[in-house]
Order: sequence, then C-alpha cells, then structure tokens
Amino acid sequence: MAASPQPAARLQWLFGAIALPRGWRVGAGPLIAAAVLVVIVAATLAAPLIVPHDPMAMDALQRLKGPSDVYPLGTDAYGRDMLSRVVTGGRVSLLIGIGAAVISVAIGLMIGLVSGFFRLADAIIMRVMDSLMAIPSILLAIALVALNGPSIWSVMGAITIPEIPRVVRLVRSVVLSAREEPYVEAALALGSSMPKILWQHLMPNTLAPLIVQGTYICASAILTEAILSFLGAGVSTEIPTWGNIMAEGRVYFQLKPSLIFWPGLMLSLCILSINLLGDTARDLLDPRLKKREA
Amino acid sequence: MKFKTRSFDAAPSVLEIEDLTVQLAGNRTAAPVLDKVSLKIRQGETVCLVGESGSGKSVTSLSVMGLLPKGALEATGGRIGLEGRNLLELGPQAMREMRAQKISMIFQEPMTALNPVMRVGDQIGEVLDTHTRLPAREKRARVLDIMNQVHLPDVERIHRSYPHQLSGGQRQRIMIAMALILEPQLLIADEPTTALDVTTQKQILGLIAELQEKHGTAVLFITHDMGVVAEIADTVHVMKLGRIVEHAPVEDLLRRPREDYTKQLLQSVPSLTPRPARPEPQGGAVLSVSGLQKTYGAHGVFARREATRAANDVSFSIPRGRTLGIVGESGSGKSTVARCIMRLIDPTEGDIRVADREIARLSRHALRPYRKHIQIVFQDPFRSLNPRWTIGRSLIEGPLNIGADRKAALKRAAELLTLVGLPDDAVNRYPHQFSGGQRQRVAIARAIAMEPDVLVADEAVSALDVSVQAQVLDLLDELQKKLGIAILFITHDLRVAAQICDEVVVMQHGHVVEHDTAANVLANPQHAYTRALIEAAPGRLWDFANFRELKSA
Repeated sequence: MAASPQPAARLQWLFGAIALPRGWRVGAGPLIAAAVLVVIVAATLAAPLIVPHDPMAMDALQRLKGPSDVYPLGTDAYGRDMLSRVVTGGRVSLLIGIGAAVISVAIGLMIGLVSGFFRLADAIIMRVMDSLMAIPSILLAIALVALNGPSIWSVMGAITIPEIPRVVRLVRSVVLSAREEPYVEAALALGSSMPKILWQHLMPNTLAPLIVQGTYICASAILTEAILSFLGAGVSTEIPTWGNIMAEGRVYFQLKPSLIFWPGLMLSLCILSINLLGDTARDLLDPRLKKREA
Repeated sequence: MKFKTRSFDAAPSVLEIEDLTVQLAGNRTAAPVLDKVSLKIRQGETVCLVGESGSGKSVTSLSVMGLLPKGALEATGGRIGLEGRNLLELGPQAMREMRAQKISMIFQEPMTALNPVMRVGDQIGEVLDTHTRLPAREKRARVLDIMNQVHLPDVERIHRSYPHQLSGGQRQRIMIAMALILEPQLLIADEPTTALDVTTQKQILGLIAELQEKHGTAVLFITHDMGVVAEIADTVHVMKLGRIVEHAPVEDLLRRPREDYTKQLLQSVPSLTPRPARPEPQGGAVLSVSGLQKTYGAHGVFARREATRAANDVSFSIPRGRTLGIVGESGSGKSTVARCIMRLIDPTEGDIRVADREIARLSRHALRPYRKHIQIVFQDPFRSLNPRWTIGRSLIEGPLNIGADRKAALKRAAELLTLVGLPDDAVNRYPHQFSGGQRQRVAIARAIAMEPDVLVADEAVSALDVSVQAQVLDLLDELQKKLGIAILFITHDLRVAAQICDEVVVMQHGHVVEHDTAANVLANPQHAYTRALIEAAPGRLWDFANFRELKSA
C-alpha cells in the first residue's frame, strides 16, 4: 500500500488528516481569483471613502453620458455616476452572499448533526427539509417582500431558507457514515455524552465539505440577489445593488450597453472567483475528489 | 504432518523473475520497494510468498500482472520472464493479451473483486468474450463446465445469481473459475482465503490444489499465514522489506530455517496447544451474562421477514483476572454478544451484570456511570482512534467524563503509554504517526485508563501481523497480571484463543455449542462443530515455534 500523504500540521487541529497531495502547489487560477476577490471586497468595503460621487446624487444635465474624466464609467439615465454605483452596489450583494452562506451553514450544521445521529428526529426533520427544498427561492422572496416590504432581511431570508436543506443533507450524510466509525463507538463506551460526541467527534468531519458548500452558497446567493433585484422583488430600488443597476439599465440597453456591462462584469468576476476558490478548497480538503492526473 | 515433497527440477519453468527492482515513481533515491527480487516457478509448482505487511509481497504480484499503480510505483530494473518474453517490456495491449490467457489472479476480497450489478455467469463469460470468439451456446457450456469444476452446487441457478446472493466461499469459487477458464500457465493468488472462515478456507485451498493438479498450473500464493504455507506450499520464499531473505522447500524451511527473520516469524505463530492452566480464581464473577438474546428485524407492523436471531440464550461469567474467549466463524454471533455487553446495541432479552448491577435494561443515560467498568478494544487500529485528536486527548476522554482533573488525567495518560510500551511523549502526537500495532496499544491504554473490571477485546489482534500480534497478546497478559482485569476475548482464530484464554465458548449460528476450559475444548472437543473448526485450522499438526511436529499429535 502506498504511504498516505502527510497532513499539514498547522491545520490539523481543525481538519485532522488533510492529505495534501505530495508537491501540491496552488496554480495561477486560484491566485488570480483570490486577488480579484480581494480587490472587489476591499473596494466595496471602502466604497464610501473612495467613490468620486454620491451614488444616489442625480444630475439631470449629465444623463447617459459616456466615460469622461469626471465620470470614468459614464452616467446612468438619471445622471448618477456609474463607477460609484457599481462599487457601492457590491456592498449589498456581498453582504447578502456572505450572510446567506454563514447563516444557512450554521443552521444546517445544527439540524444536520441532530438528524444524522438520532434516528427518530431524522425521520421528522428530513420530511420538513424535503418540503423546504420544494420552495423556489424566487417565489419565496416575492412572497416575503410582499408581506414585509422590500428589505435586505427579506431577501436574505428568502435565499437562506431553501439553502438550509442542502446543508442539512450534506452534514447528515457525513455524520451517518462517521458515526459508524469505531472511534465514535469507543467514545460511547467511554461514557461521553451525546452532545460531546456530536460536537467533538462528528462535527469536525463536516467542516471540510461545509467550507466548500459555503462558497457555492455564497456565489449562488449573490446571483439570486441580483436576479431578485432585477425582477423588482429584491431590496428597495433606491439602494444600488448590481441587480438593481442592471434592472434600470435594461431599458436603455440598446442605447448604452455599458449600463448593464459594468455591474454584470463585477457580478460575473465575483461569482467566478468564489467558485474557483471553492474548487481549490475542495481539492485541498478532499484530494480524492480531484480527478487523478494521468 | 505431511508436506508436499514433489521435486520440480525436471519441470519446465513458467515464471522467472530476476533481480526485479521496483521504486517509487520519480524518486530514485528513496529505498526501493522491491530490491532485486528473484524467484522461479515451475509447471505445477506452488510457490508461497510469505512476509508481514509492507514486505512487498503484493507489489511483486502486481508487477507480474503489470498492474503497478501508475505514477506511484515503477519497475526500474530486472526481468520478469514468461515463455521467454520479458513482461516488463510488453506494451499495454500485449500485456492485456497475457492476462487471463497466460497469467491470472485471484484476490483477497471476492465481494469487491466481483461486479455487484452483473450476474456471475456473465462475469465469467466476459473473460471468454475478451479473449476468444465463441458462439453463445458454446460459451455458456464452457462457463457451466468451469463452474462445475470449482464444485459450485446447482450451477444453473448460480449462473443467474448476483454476487450478493452467494456466500463468501462461493464468490471465491467464482473468482477461481474466472481465473482458470482460459487455463493460464500461472495463477497468482493474493491472500485468497484471508477473508474466509477456516472451514471455507480449507475447502478453497483443497480446490486450488485439485485444479492445479488437473491443469498443471503453476501457483504463486501470497499469504501471511504460516499454517496455510505448511498445508499447500512446495517452495517458500520469505520476504522482508522488499527483499527475499530466504527460500527453500517447505519442509526444509519449517524444520531448519536458516535466517533469524524466518525463525522469528515462525516463532511468532501462536501454538494451538493451550496455555498452561492457571490457578482457579477466587471471588465472584465481575461480568455475568445470562440468557442473552438479540433478535433483528422482528419488530414493526410491516416486517415480512422472519426475525434473525443473532444471539440466542448466551450465558457465561468471567471472574476477576481471567480470560474467556468466544470463538466462532463470521455470522456466529460472537461480535453481537460483545456489542450487546458494551450496550453499543441493545439486547432483546437477558441479563448482563457488571459490578453487581444489571445493565441490560438501563437507559443510555442511566448507563453512563457503569460504562467505566467495562471497556472495549476494537479490531481495526486505523479506525478506532479519532484521526483529528492527539493521542493524549483520546486517552483522557474517558477519565474526564467521570470527573477526573485534566492535569492529573494527562499525567496518568503518559504513565499508561509507558505501561503499554510506548514513549510517554506520544501524548502530543497524532494516530497517523504510529503503526497499526502501536495504535492498538494506544487503544488498549485508552480502555485501561478507565480502570475497568472487564476488557472486551473484539478481534483485537486479528488485523495485526503475527509478530506484532504476539507482542500485543503479551501486553494483554501482562496487564491482566498487574491490574487483575478480566478479559472477554472475541476471536475467530483458535491459535490466538489457545494462547490467551482460560475458558473458551464456541458459538455457531448465535448459539453456544460448547463451553469449557481452553485445554478441554482444544484437546478434547465434544461438539462436532468444534471438531470441524479445529480440523480446519491450517498447519495444526505442526509446532511452528519449535520447528517440529506437535508432540501430542
């Protein structure tokens, strides 16, 4: 049998035996993705300080202008600065993306642990999860927005709730196989309590797949938010988000395609980078999933 | 003991391996995996390759089959000659032609070697499809013929069966049928009986010998079991760390081993002669089980299947400081009994008394204070320790549960490691930094940390090499002397049971068929099943440790 690769010692407390493939090297792709993401996140975080104009300030004289020294990316139909709007628009998108990922992973982890370990709870929980999974997030968002008015929280809720069952299923499947391991039975024989076994023995097994799943949720949440805003079911139209900017630009698309191009580019870059980093994390955390190089 | 003594000097040689060297791919400086291995197999001869895990037995066989994992291992020198051709120089296409027609292989685990979603008859037929062009009728006739030759019952039915519908022994017969249908010159058998029960093993070994005689096949038989070697080998090659350290005809090797390593290997084989009886115990039982029963699948309104009784009316008790063995083949219910006693599963009926308390019906929560009294060591040392935890953290888990002080527990953990023969700085290391035998020591230390009255060892030495096995058995014995714990030893291996048990319970189909002192069970078995088990033990008439026949036999 081939010797198993040595785990990275520094991360071991968290993931245990991460088997780094021998000579594993991060390629150029993930590095570029990380750089792009860092730039986007830093820019949106610092948006109020760095944008040249107030993203909400209208100027009727400067409608639909092309790029110029004052307006590097031109202006929209109300004479607002595109650059300021696109950069500021990332704030809501990223907040919703990261928020939805963190909340759905946290809630899904709790429910999944319980569901995977206790058979009786499993039967009930999984049926509830099945029905949650059947709710389309767009319809749920429209309903929530109709009930509560457009707000970030309605949108985040609408995106998070349908994601929870996916996390639960993932965690549950990991727990189902891990709980048959002799070391879990040994812990039981040593008199460890159920919460202790769940949290200390089983939970760490779920971290690696959860981190990967989290990045995918984050990317898809950003996209869903954009779709909802585009449809007018998202956050209030005064707040610039990539989806809102594109929705407003749609009317003038043939006249001035850059109204859609710039927010669209940001959205695509952002999602592409997150997905690429997620793939890299998956390869790193579970080399078995990586395709064997011939 | 009758050994095979046929001389093969006149027979033409089938396989000639000369100075075969295999190295890690892309790392020529590391120690070679195989270092100038040479061996020759003649027509009709059985060559056994023995050695402990990691000695390079399987790498040798994979090299011959041209199945070395690409990108991990590569043959860098030497020659594998078959019919005057060097197999190392053949391309993938030519090598594919050689497989099944000239060389074929059977593996340890027939369940994973067979395709679970394909009828076994079709799987045998597939070999013919790949290498021959036969009309369907003729193909079927040949498949049925080879199935008859491997003595499968009711071949028409088995031809249509899927692997899961067959027993382990039947599956291995199918594998043998697949391997031999094209009448290859060489059959490589890589631990083909290790996963099988002894009685089945005996039949499969007999079958291989019979077919070998009929077809004149040369057999390269890889095993770690000296008993099997004594039964079937013509010539034995002993491997250690990628080298062949000694080779000789079987009787010479077992009677007059030359190399120290061979002697050591033979001396580690546990003897079937039971250990000398120990003085009668004083005091009452620390564990007593009465009328234990475990039934599966009976409950539920829609249960259509009849209930399976995995354990039925099992009763025994163990006094302090004694060892009771439960012996049986797979499916006999021995592990079910162990798991019921540990309350890892709930017994359907019966009493389990530990520390003068009935625990069979306590709730999980009420049971927790009593867990301390009874601890378990599992079979697989690679899975019984949490890979994410340091050894120290694993060792103090139990003591912390019963309210020990963290610092005191860690100090005790270091002492325990010394007690089981490991360095005490191991507390800060992780399981993957230890070998299988060392991990099993850690698992024992973890159990001992609870200061239990009873230690349940569920096949605790079965996954270990014989030399390591002997050390772990010694350790258990020593701990028992020092601490006075009672041991419930579950095993399928009569040799191991003979070495460690005072009393032996023999189980079959969930029932206890015999229960007596180890000496009586082994020397004077009363039940037919016990006799069958003893007779099936390979090499039972040979005293490996002393290089001679058993005196009593």
